[in-house]
Amino acid sequence: MKRKHKRLTFVAIALLLLGTAAALVLAAFEDNIVFFYSPTDLAEKQVADGRRIRLGGLVEEGSVKISGGAITLFRVTDLKTTVAVSYKGLLPDLFREGQGVVAEGRLNAGVFTADEVLAKHDETYMPPEVAEALKKSGQWQGQDKK
Amino acid sequence: MFHRFANPTRFLRFAAVIQPWIAAITVALIGSGLYLGLFNSPADYQQGETVRIMYVHVPSAWMALFCYSAMAGACAIALIWKHPLAELSAKATAPIGAGFTFLALVTGSLWGKPMWGTWWVWDARLTSMLVLLFLYLGYMALNNAFDDPARGAKSSSILALVGFVNVPIIKFSVDWWNTLHQPASVVKMTGPAIHASMLAPLLLIGVGFTTYYLWVMLIRIRYEVTANKIRTLQRRQAATGESQA
Repeated sequence: MKRKHKRLTFVAIALLLLGTAAALVLAAFEDNIVFFYSPTDLAEKQVADGRRIRLGGLVEEGSVKISGGAITLFRVTDLKTTVAVSYKGLLPDLFREGQGVVAEGRLNAGVFTADEVLAKHDETYMPPEVAEALKKSGQWQGQDKK
Repeated sequence: MFHRFANPTRFLRFAAVIQPWIAAITVALIGSGLYLGLFNSPADYQQGETVRIMYVHVPSAWMALFCYSAMAGACAIALIWKHPLAELSAKATAPIGAGFTFLALVTGSLWGKPMWGTWWVWDARLTSMLVLLFLYLGYMALNNAFDDPARGAKSSSILALVGFVNVPIIKFSVDWWNTLHQPASVVKMTGPAIHASMLAPLLLIGVGFTTYYLWVMLIRIRYEVTANKIRTLQRRQAATGESQA
C-alpha cells in the first residue's frame, strides 16, 4: 500500500470512529440537550415541583387571560397534554394564541409559574396577502387557525 | 484537470484573469439581492419588516457551514495527498468562514431579541454555531502557534478534521432536539417553506456570498503564493550571502 493510501485509510477510519463516538455521546445526553420539555414530557417524566425547567408548546386557542397586576394566564399544549401557565411580565411581540412559546419557570401543584416567556415561530415565511388567500381557500396549514 | 491548477504558477496566471470577473459578479449579485430583499420584497405575515434580517442572517449561516466544509476538505487533501495549494486554501478559508459565522451569530442575536424576546439562549443550534466560531479561531491560532509552519499546518489540519463532526450537528440540531430556533426553511424534504418573492433575494445573496468567498480566496491565495516566493528568495539570498562572507 502506498503511503498516501495508508494516510487516506487512517483519516477515513479516524473520522468514522470520531463520528460514532460523537453520535453516542449526543444520544446519551439527549435529555440535557433538548431546550424545553413538552407538556407530555412533563407528565411522563414526573418533574419534581419547584425544579427549574423550560416548557414549550403552542399557546392554546382562547386560553389567554390577562388578570390583575400584569399577570398573564394561558395554557400550553402539544395537542395531547395541556399545562396551565401563569406569567408576570412583558410578553414578546410574537406571543399570540396558536403560536409556539417557550416558558421558563417552576411547576407548582400543576400550575407552571413562568418568569420568562420566549416566542417560538415556525419555518414558514410568506407575505400577509398570501396567508390571507390560503386561509380563505381553506388550504391553510399553519399553526394558528384563525 | 485539477492537477493543472495545483501548480502555483499556473494557478496565479489563471487567478489574475478571472478575479475581476468574479468581483463584478459578486457586486451584481449581492447588490441586486440586497435591493430586492430590503426594498422590493413583502413583509412577513407574522414577523412584519423584521423578517428582512433573514436576507443577511441565513446566507451568512450557510456560508459558515460551507466554508468549514471546504476548509476541512482542503485539510484532508493537504494531509493525505500533500497538495501545496490545499494547505494554502484551508488557511485562506478560515478567517472568511469565521467572519461569516460571526455575522450569522450577530444578526441572529439582533433578530432574536424582537422576535423571540431574547438576545441569546443556549439551545442546540445557537450553541453548536458558537462552537463553530471557536473551531475557526482555534484553527487559526494553532496554525500560527509553531515556529515551523509545516507543523502548524499539520496540527491545525487535524483540528479542522476533528471539528468537522460539528457540521452535521449544526445542520440537524433543529431536527434532532427541540430548540428555540425553528427548523430549516429552504433545504427541506417537502420543498421550501418560504414564498418565492422572499426566496429570490435570499438565493441571490446566497450565491453572491459564495462568489464573494471565491473572490477573497483568490486574493488571499495569490498573496500567500507571492509571500512564499519572497521567503524562498530571501532564504536563498541569505544563504549565498553567508557563503560569500
